[in-house]
Amino acid sequence: MDGYGLQLLRLIILALLIMPATAFAITPEERGLEIAKEADLRDTGYGDFRAEMRMTLRNRHGKESIREIKSSNLEVPGDGDKILSLFERPRDVKGTAFLSFTHKTGPDDQWLYLPALKRVKRISSANKSGSFMGSEFAFEDISSMEVEKYTYKFIGEKPCGELTCFVVEYDPVDKNSGYSIVETWIDTEEYRAQKVEYYDRKRSHLKTLTYTGYKKYLDKYWRADEMFMQNHLTGKSTKLEWANYKFKTGLTDKDFNKNALKRAR
Amino acid sequence: MKKLFLFLLLSSLLPTLAMAGELTGFIGVEGRLFLNPPAHEAQRRDNGSLSLAPEYYHEFDADSSFTFAPFLRIDGSDEERTHFDIRELFFLKVYENFELSVGLRKVFWGVTESQHLVDIINQNDGVESPDGEDKLGQPMIATSFSRDWGTVDLYLMPWFRERTFPGKKGRFRTEPVVDSDNAIYEKSAEERHIDFAARYGHYIKELEFALSHFSGTSREPSFILDLKDGRAVLIPYYEIIDQTGLEAQYITGEWLWKFEGIRRSGSNSTSGGSYYAATAGYEYTFTGVRGTYMDLGLLTEWLYDDRGASASSPFENDLMVGGRLTVNDISDTQILAGMIVDIDENEQIFFLESSRRIGEKIKVTLEAGFYDLPDNSRLSAIRDDDYIQLGIDWYF
Repeated sequence: MDGYGLQLLRLIILALLIMPATAFAITPEERGLEIAKEADLRDTGYGDFRAEMRMTLRNRHGKESIREIKSSNLEVPGDGDKILSLFERPRDVKGTAFLSFTHKTGPDDQWLYLPALKRVKRISSANKSGSFMGSEFAFEDISSMEVEKYTYKFIGEKPCGELTCFVVEYDPVDKNSGYSIVETWIDTEEYRAQKVEYYDRKRSHLKTLTYTGYKKYLDKYWRADEMFMQNHLTGKSTKLEWANYKFKTGLTDKDFNKNALKRAR
Repeated sequence: MKKLFLFLLLSSLLPTLAMAGELTGFIGVEGRLFLNPPAHEAQRRDNGSLSLAPEYYHEFDADSSFTFAPFLRIDGSDEERTHFDIRELFFLKVYENFELSVGLRKVFWGVTESQHLVDIINQNDGVESPDGEDKLGQPMIATSFSRDWGTVDLYLMPWFRERTFPGKKGRFRTEPVVDSDNAIYEKSAEERHIDFAARYGHYIKELEFALSHFSGTSREPSFILDLKDGRAVLIPYYEIIDQTGLEAQYITGEWLWKFEGIRRSGSNSTSGGSYYAATAGYEYTFTGVRGTYMDLGLLTEWLYDDRGASASSPFENDLMVGGRLTVNDISDTQILAGMIVDIDENEQIFFLESSRRIGEKIKVTLEAGFYDLPDNSRLSAIRDDDYIQLGIDWYF
């Protein structure tokens, strides 16, 4: 072996030694971001979808109330989503509709349509910690998940049911968020959220969200049939049951403006 | 009676139509208790009424539909308040970024809460409630274009609707009573005068704005004192006006800043050629009051009319302060309460509007109004009409 060959060999050995070390040197913050990005990437490209949602509100005493919502979503490349939610039940709020443009950075744009007055109201999105329809879901829990909305910290891998989950702490960027930390459990196989633990601003364990009944659509996009939110402080809970998912239905921007909000049925 | 017959006929058609479409709506019972005996001759004290507001909707395909929403109220005291109206009856066709509708519709313009200056398409259904928020269906051909640079709405209105007024037995009426059967018009075409309106609206980030113009028959009449069967009556007079309106709302965090302004001109003396009026104010919302799901909004609005003491509106220089409590409970409990205070005169109006759902299909509403008005107030005719109103609506 000549001098040059030997030098190359040394370099290769050195490279092999360093490589796992750099991979290991990735910080928990970088690893957390990596997981969040991967989960986001795997849910990119669906275009649009429609679905029906049934929301069961349950108070501490077991008293239940049911709301039904039709939801249309449009993926906006390079930005957040456009979502139109139409209330079907209870009857007295039927026709009320909510339009939201989520943005990666800055406040979201939100409009509410009140059918009795035929009035479209632009509303503030600063109330993201406020309850959505009196449920245990806050506006920020149901708005579209954007990577830029949090900073991340990877905690470790833990078993979650029959799967293994990445446990990642999400720290909301927006000071209007009602949470200090959102601990998200994402399965290592398909990068689907399995469980979310919400901690309020006082760091108390506020709520737990559990996803069940994942189904795959268009051979790629996973959606849970049921989302169950338990509030640990009040004993109240909300169950969301999703049905009739339809992807790539041909929705465009024109289905997500103020006129569309007014004529939504 | 003829109207009632028409209503029954149309209602009997609904079930057959419902086979193909969707029938929703509500039946309401309402009771009004007045704290003082009536001030004017022939007025009844308290009253009860029934209302029916069905809505039929049919979709021909994803882009075309038909809506029919009649309204009927049967009032125990005031025959003028017993009335039938078609709130909506229209066909709608949606094209790419373009919408066309033909028929009777309701359209709302505006951003403020205390009064709706810019909102001019629909006539007030003045017998329904003293706040002027109930509207009559307006016949129109309407188009709406949505583009990246905003939305343009154009309206052609071939038929004018006269305002409704309480009859001699009703509360919230003028003295003398309004004779709504003998309205006078500036133009000989009367109700058949063709009115036009256009509106451009858009938003840039947190700023929402709209500019509008209306040209046609004023929805707000002036009154001429006359005699009918030897008794004094007020005859509504409808002039032709031009009204330009500006609406703006700006959001910064929990603050909503609101502005509405109009310039109205007409030949008639009530407008004195032309005048300006405006409403400006804010709404600030506390989210999750004291760790609950309750939201509390605080509202302040200034109401201005440059005609001052000669204004047709009682709100020439007034301040509205109020609060809106959204409980966010299972029953959707909401309370809006406040007062409008005249800055120059000793006039005060207190108002309360609240509602909550009971069970799945019943909504209960509680409303109240209290008036503290001097003798020389433009609203003095209703100064004894302090009331509490309880309503129960059953939704189907």
